[in-house]
Amino acid sequence: MFKVILRFSNLVILTLLVLSFFSFLLAYLFPGEPLANLSGVRYGSQEQLNTLAEVYHLNSNFLLQYWHYLGELFVGNWGVSFSSGLPLATEIARTLPASIELSTYALIISMFIGLPLGFLAGIRHHKTTDYALLSVSVLGYSIPVFWLAMLMIVVFSLQLGWFPLSGRLSLLYEVPKVSGFIMLDIWWSDLDNKSAIFTDALRHLILPTLSIAAFTTTVILRITRRSVIETMSSDYIQAALARGLTYSQILFRHGIKNAIMPILPLLAMQFTTLLTNAMIVEVIFSWPGIGNWLIQAIYQRDYPAIRVGMLAVSTLVVSFTMTIDLLIRLVDPKKSKVERVAI
Amino acid sequence: MAKSLMTGLIRKYKLPIRSLYVLYTLGLTSCDALITSTNQTTGIIYCSEGSPTNFNPQLDTSGTTVDASSHQIYDRLLDFDPHNGNVTPSLATSWTISDDGLIYTFQLHKNIEFHSTKYFSPSRSLNADDVIFSFDRWRLQDHPYHLVSGGSYPYADSLGLDKLISSINRLNGYRVEIILNQPQSSFLANLATDFAVILSKEYADELQIKDQKDKIDSQPIGTGPFKFVNFRQDSFIRYQKHENYWGQTKQTENLIFDITSSSSLRLAKLITGECDAMGLPAHSELEIIRQSKGLVLDEKPGLNVGFWAFNTSKAPFDKPDVRRALSLAIDKNALIEAIYFDSAIVAKNIVPPTSWAYQAEQKNLSYNPSAAKKLLQENGIEPGFTMNIWAMPVERAYNPNAMKMAELIQSYLQAVGITVNIISYEWSTFREKLKQGSHDSVLIGWSADNGDPDNFYRPLLSCAAIKSGTNRALWCSPEYDALIDQALHFTQVEDRQYFYFKANELIADQLPLIPIAHASKYQAYRDNINGFEINPYGGVRLAGVIKN
Repeated sequence: MFKVILRFSNLVILTLLVLSFFSFLLAYLFPGEPLANLSGVRYGSQEQLNTLAEVYHLNSNFLLQYWHYLGELFVGNWGVSFSSGLPLATEIARTLPASIELSTYALIISMFIGLPLGFLAGIRHHKTTDYALLSVSVLGYSIPVFWLAMLMIVVFSLQLGWFPLSGRLSLLYEVPKVSGFIMLDIWWSDLDNKSAIFTDALRHLILPTLSIAAFTTTVILRITRRSVIETMSSDYIQAALARGLTYSQILFRHGIKNAIMPILPLLAMQFTTLLTNAMIVEVIFSWPGIGNWLIQAIYQRDYPAIRVGMLAVSTLVVSFTMTIDLLIRLVDPKKSKVERVAI
Repeated sequence: MAKSLMTGLIRKYKLPIRSLYVLYTLGLTSCDALITSTNQTTGIIYCSEGSPTNFNPQLDTSGTTVDASSHQIYDRLLDFDPHNGNVTPSLATSWTISDDGLIYTFQLHKNIEFHSTKYFSPSRSLNADDVIFSFDRWRLQDHPYHLVSGGSYPYADSLGLDKLISSINRLNGYRVEIILNQPQSSFLANLATDFAVILSKEYADELQIKDQKDKIDSQPIGTGPFKFVNFRQDSFIRYQKHENYWGQTKQTENLIFDITSSSSLRLAKLITGECDAMGLPAHSELEIIRQSKGLVLDEKPGLNVGFWAFNTSKAPFDKPDVRRALSLAIDKNALIEAIYFDSAIVAKNIVPPTSWAYQAEQKNLSYNPSAAKKLLQENGIEPGFTMNIWAMPVERAYNPNAMKMAELIQSYLQAVGITVNIISYEWSTFREKLKQGSHDSVLIGWSADNGDPDNFYRPLLSCAAIKSGTNRALWCSPEYDALIDQALHFTQVEDRQYFYFKANELIADQLPLIPIAHASKYQAYRDNINGFEINPYGGVRLAGVIKN
């Protein structure tokens, strides 16, 4: 087990080093001065620029510069944004939780809908219910997320006027930021009209969450369905049937557990797809998350922001994927024998 | 199977059927609560089009900065009456002007409180020192605050106010005297513009001690109806009611600028109620707003003019008769319908109807191609004559699509036997080349930010304006210059009107340019908003706007 952990941490560290090196390289690849792209200071006084050049050791050789860049990254000095002039670390701390929050809720909803429906389809294999669910899932699978989001806006916001179409809270409310997760922050705040704010946040959440969840729900539905079909046709189930257990007894005692176990990691892995989808949908719903923020940065040619944003998102995705993978290997005895690891 | 599964579940976990029903109804009612918005915090959300560069209109003439600061955070000595454009008292209760028109004395309102915020608590109310500080900041090069935030004051510079004012003196705590180098009757109007705001000297002194001078423009303190709370670039600006505001208007508790750069998204937010009001609706969206239930579209003629100017330094455009013939050949009404989507009115004078120098009774040449043809021939212009029309490459309120307008004029002129080449360059090159006078005629316009008619007459057609590059007709008439100069020597509107009416006649007779349209100013809001009026003289005003 120790060996597995060691292998994994090696891989994570190596991957992150490559990523950070790439982000460092970006400072040189982007147009403009590398110092400006690293620090975010474009129009500083000569004195200020000299100090910054010293901080990043711009006069030393390339690898040494990278080493010091890593050091600055670790102490949280990520530079400032060209456009807003704010420290990038605080900007990321503000926007990343919003994206994670959105993805988490979407994952929960997808599981709540996808799992039972997948079971239903699996149990009713080759029957009308199965076909109906399967065709709906193909639809959900093939609708582009951004298009669904726009459709939702047109129908539920503009036509019916049920839900707001932008942001995550009415601007009239100001919730002090603690965790960056709006629901938690509302919960922890001591504002007097909490329930109204809570409802408002929920109203803002519904459309974006549903638009992202649609795709993942169908993926989960299909994974579950396949797994249920395989499980229910396996030998031990057949044996149980032969011993005279009823179908529902078999399903509840053996079916569910054995169908879910192998797909749990697959389900958790959906989180990364969700996060990338969330980044697209954020732009449409003006959700103040990292996707929206990065797109703005690209529009405004805010190179330091693009550099750090890319690093933050990829770090998050890599660490999440690896953690889940590691957990599976540690928990599932069948996989512990695998010598090599991969992302 | 599904049914047996369900009953199996119910049997297994002993879920009473009734509790399921309760859950179901609970779900329904909470859904109901979800789809009806209930905002308990009172406030107005205004969807604006961009982030201001700072919160001091002295430093920036862009509409975005002005909207975010001028009428929300600050007050001026004087204001414009939005209905007739007259100068009205604001921070100054009264003023006197010496007989020679050189000394202006202002009596200030007493007990006007500055904003008390997290970052500043005023210890005194407004007095003469604040007025002197605010003016000296842009007027005096060696003022400690002159170079703060870039040190350029475009509005005051363009009007030469720093050179006009010879000195500003404190007579007592509430009396200020401004001495001019030469009389100028548009001076009062300049003091009422969005740019002549009054800052707090006490705050400036405090910042100077702390060595944080540039905060004066990013964390502003003023006497206006709202105080600044916070601002996030490209997201929002938050304001709160100024509790001790001296004015009569009733303010909403919170004011928020929701910064949304796309005009269609602003409209979408207005429809869903996420915004209570929006600025700058696109011309193509006006019809949607008119047809949407629950939305109100207000329209007022703007202080601008779109025109077709002829290069009067070039033959044959130096002949008034030729210019008149060309004017007869085009149908202004059709142009307005096609280019402005009926969001503009036909221009008769170079000043819009809101100005007191406007003459409704002035006759305009109406569309008459056969008369045009005849007049052209009389002046030796034969069929097949070729001229060029320069069309500006950018969209402006006074002309949202100069290119299309040029094409329409092209077809009108073809009917009278003139071939038109349309010319356009990139905007800065375009203006540079115009200044050199290589055009035959140009479609362009002018926006004023000041109720005074001098703001139209002088930059558009005076001889001096040829040099500064705003006189697109390159027309120089000593008679006209004398008229508009004389108009400035009088302070009474009736006296000045006499000269401007004469100038109007001269322009109509000589036609150095053909005024085409005064585009309207628009704002849209939800029908539960009261007291939101268009301010034709500059930035948006949200004082006194209340949500029912």
